[in-house]
Amino acid sequence: MEIIVASTIAVLTAGGVYLLLRLRTFPVILGLALLSYAVNVFLFASGRLAIDQSPILSRYGEATYTDPLPQALVLTAIVISFGMTAVLVMIGLGAFLEAETDQIDIEQQDDEKGPQA
Amino acid sequence: MTDGGHLLFYIALLPFVGALLPGLMIRAGRNACAIFTAVPTILALILLMTLAPAVLRGEVIQAEVDWLPQLGLSASFFLDGLGLLFAGMILGVGLLITLYARFYLSGEDPMGQFYTYLLMFQGAMLGIVISDNILLLLVFWELTSLSSFLLIGYWKHLPEGRQGARMALAVTGSGGLAMIGGMLILGNIVGSYNLTDILQAGDVIRASEWYLPALILILLGAFTKSAQFPFHFWLPHAMAAPTPVSAYLHSATMVKAGVFLMARMWPVLAGTDAWFYIVTTTGLVTMALGALIALFKDDLKALLAFSTVSHLGLLTMLLGFGTTAAAVAAIFHIINHLTFKAALFMTAGIVDHETHTRDIKRLGGLRHLMPITFAIGTLAALSMAGIPLLNGFLSKEMMLEEASHTDWLGSHYAVPVAATIGALLSVAYSFRFVVHVFFGPKRDDYPAAPHDPPFGMWAAPALLVVLVVLIGVAPFLAEGLVTAAANAVTGADLHPHLKIWHGVTPALWMSIIAVVGGAVLLSLHGPLARVWNVAPRPEAKAIFDRLVAALVSMARGITETTHNGAISRYLAIFTVTSVVLGWIAYSGSGLSAPTRGLLPVPPVIAVVWVMLTVATASVVIMHHHRFRALVLIGIIGLSISAGFAYLSAPDLALTQISVETVTIMLLLLALHFMPKITPRESPIGLKLRDGFIALTAGGGVGALAYAFLMRDIETISDYHIENSYEGGGGTNVVNVILVDFRGYDTYGEIIVLGIAGLVIYALMHALLDGPAARRLRNMDYSQDRSRDRHPLMMVVVTRVLMPIVVVVGIYIFLRGHNEPGGGFVAGLVIAIALLMQYMASGFAWTQERKKIEYHTMIGLGVVIAGLTGAGAWLAGQPFLTSAYTYVHLPPIEEFELATAMLFDLGVFLTVLGAVMLMLYSLSRIARFAGATVNVEPMDYDPGEQVTDAKTET
Repeated sequence: MEIIVASTIAVLTAGGVYLLLRLRTFPVILGLALLSYAVNVFLFASGRLAIDQSPILSRYGEATYTDPLPQALVLTAIVISFGMTAVLVMIGLGAFLEAETDQIDIEQQDDEKGPQA
Repeated sequence: MTDGGHLLFYIALLPFVGALLPGLMIRAGRNACAIFTAVPTILALILLMTLAPAVLRGEVIQAEVDWLPQLGLSASFFLDGLGLLFAGMILGVGLLITLYARFYLSGEDPMGQFYTYLLMFQGAMLGIVISDNILLLLVFWELTSLSSFLLIGYWKHLPEGRQGARMALAVTGSGGLAMIGGMLILGNIVGSYNLTDILQAGDVIRASEWYLPALILILLGAFTKSAQFPFHFWLPHAMAAPTPVSAYLHSATMVKAGVFLMARMWPVLAGTDAWFYIVTTTGLVTMALGALIALFKDDLKALLAFSTVSHLGLLTMLLGFGTTAAAVAAIFHIINHLTFKAALFMTAGIVDHETHTRDIKRLGGLRHLMPITFAIGTLAALSMAGIPLLNGFLSKEMMLEEASHTDWLGSHYAVPVAATIGALLSVAYSFRFVVHVFFGPKRDDYPAAPHDPPFGMWAAPALLVVLVVLIGVAPFLAEGLVTAAANAVTGADLHPHLKIWHGVTPALWMSIIAVVGGAVLLSLHGPLARVWNVAPRPEAKAIFDRLVAALVSMARGITETTHNGAISRYLAIFTVTSVVLGWIAYSGSGLSAPTRGLLPVPPVIAVVWVMLTVATASVVIMHHHRFRALVLIGIIGLSISAGFAYLSAPDLALTQISVETVTIMLLLLALHFMPKITPRESPIGLKLRDGFIALTAGGGVGALAYAFLMRDIETISDYHIENSYEGGGGTNVVNVILVDFRGYDTYGEIIVLGIAGLVIYALMHALLDGPAARRLRNMDYSQDRSRDRHPLMMVVVTRVLMPIVVVVGIYIFLRGHNEPGGGFVAGLVIAIALLMQYMASGFAWTQERKKIEYHTMIGLGVVIAGLTGAGAWLAGQPFLTSAYTYVHLPPIEEFELATAMLFDLGVFLTVLGAVMLMLYSLSRIARFAGATVNVEPMDYDPGEQVTDAKTET
């Protein structure tokens, strides 16, 4: 199971980084989404893996539980990464509508004046 | 703290507090402004005088207050003989300069600013000389660089002033940086940053292998500040400052800071070969070179500037000798140089002020026109030349005496000969100052009619010249101060006797040679100057400018290659750096043996893993087709939530699945306005490079994750599990952590989410007010649009689903404290229910039926959460302490009421409001893109047809 989780993190990170390095805004946003999955799973995994040990206190005697703290942190991280993605989407959309291009590499445009379209 | 120690704090603080006054008092007039500048200086001077007797008896006054003890930084001050000498000079001359500047500055100059800068500078200088902590000293040291920058560039309209200020700051500032390094090394060797401790540890420091680096770094600081060769060039350019500044900074105070530091560190650093050769040689070269250049300068202030460079070289050389007698001579010369040089600068200022020129070639014959100025200037200049019965003669004799028995690299003549040449040149330029300005025929082409200035202006230099004569005739007057300071420098118990006549010594002969030679040299000045002006020589400013230009273009080169504006480049650099740093950390320490075994993998999970891997690979390969990529992203998100559910994280699974839904909707909305295809434009080389970076990063992170997954750690989670029910009143530990243990974090996070929502809303508005709105209107979206945009089936299903989803949301919210769920998930679920209505019946229709603004919802959520937290104060508990109780109402089971639930309600409202506001903002853009506004819930309503049919029949 550990190999599964570690390789998932690896695959998501690799895919995310590759897309982040693309030259248009949309793939970059997708890359960021992939990367935030990777980071969330990574943080979650820092509590180590456990099966059938949900951190819901048992009313019937002793039980073992998985580490709840990383879960709490990741829960908010998931919501915040949604907020971040949304802001980026809006910025990307705004840039596209203002500049009529969704290129992120301003070097290819008029160097002196910037993307004034 | 010794007796009177607290007075040191007042002395250190007075100038800074006083610096606030002139800026205010200037409204009351120039005189009031000058008087209020003088008050703090006078007060500090009086305090200093009350401490002086004890210091002159040989006591050291100390005061200490811990500031940042972890760093070894304390606000500690001490006053010994050397400190007293310098503090007295700084305050005394400061007072004279205040008076002089009142008359020197014209009505158009902002005088309040000037005095404020002056007091700041004065405070910084005072701080240097009475600091007992070298870190504190460094702070004051940098402060002098900064405040002198302001003073030199005071005439902002003059390009020379600005350039000179920049150059001074660059040179002294970089020297200061070097000195920080040196001081830190010193503190490390000794184990304390207190000067008094360091001064006791001379032997340890000199024996340390770090001695040489520390010495060189500290000397760099001292040499740049005191304008020693090859850093001497900034001082003449700083002469663009108003003359009071030059007289203060460049005769008495700032340039002496370097000398002060060498004197301060003398017991610790001096006495080695390295010290002797570096310091003596630098001083000797500076003295001779400065004097030579000074002789051929036509600008009065430039002449004085180079002569200051030369005299600072003299002082440096004396300290470099490393003998106690030389140290005494240095101390004495510091006093003498101060008196005659400050008087000379003021004289130059008066000449400039009255004749409107400082060019020696345009002056001459002023002795009858300006008799008082002539008397002051002549006496001061003769003292500088070293003529008997003036104080300059005494210390110069002592210098020559010391030089006459100093060997340099085995040569017995090198130092005495060079010193004599320096003295000779010094005589020549001093005589030139007098002869070429005051003697000669009266001219009729002065730019202004010269006459003596008002009393206020010549009072200050006159007082200094009185001191020049007084010390020259009766040197024993200065003996007490010199003894106290020299004892502080050398750490010995000296009783020097300052005398005029030492008998016929080698020094006397050297002095005679210097005076006679100097006079001869001056008579040959005309032809020599012509040769000098023709001869090629390196121009320091040009070299400096080229150096700065090269630095700038180098910095620009680095910036332009790394920060070219493309985010992909930054991200690539960032990723590669992280991977490399991770690798370095790994290869440095290695890994311990794993302590955990592998968990089994059930087939279902294997299938999910294959799905996720394939989907990720497909996203990467097919990301050019944006819709397809979005669908695949959805698969990835769902796979991950399945994984969370399997790995004992039901809350995460719930959150992930609802966030996933919302994210995809958001991206779909955005994609509507963007190109649907990403063009294939990356060259194959770039793809390979990025692929390599991505694989390395992925491999690295995966390996790291695998490494820690196989090892146990100590966690603090046991505390949470044990106290969740007792302290937080809930059995869902994750939720209790969110709303109770780490409620503060959650509170911050919902605020961030709310801000994100508002940012998007604001961006949308900014966008729709700009040219983008016009562009949106002209876009043709007809190809993308469905013929049946609000289909009947969808409308009906979402209406039916709405109440069900809302009930589920409430259920999830209420059970959150004890079972998986809670405010975050509930907010997202309700948001999805609302979004479905927007999708089914369109923006306008839904918007009309919205009862509460999303902004309000965000604000309400944050306020409720905050008030709940603050409610704990009423019970005398810290912010966000939760309370709970069990309520029993007859028809239903006993249930729990916790304040945490109110807090969760705040979370719920904020999440709902923020998510809705984000999607609302995006869909509002659609209206600008020419979407038709529908007031009906669906495009085709079968019900209407039935009604129509009925009316027809």
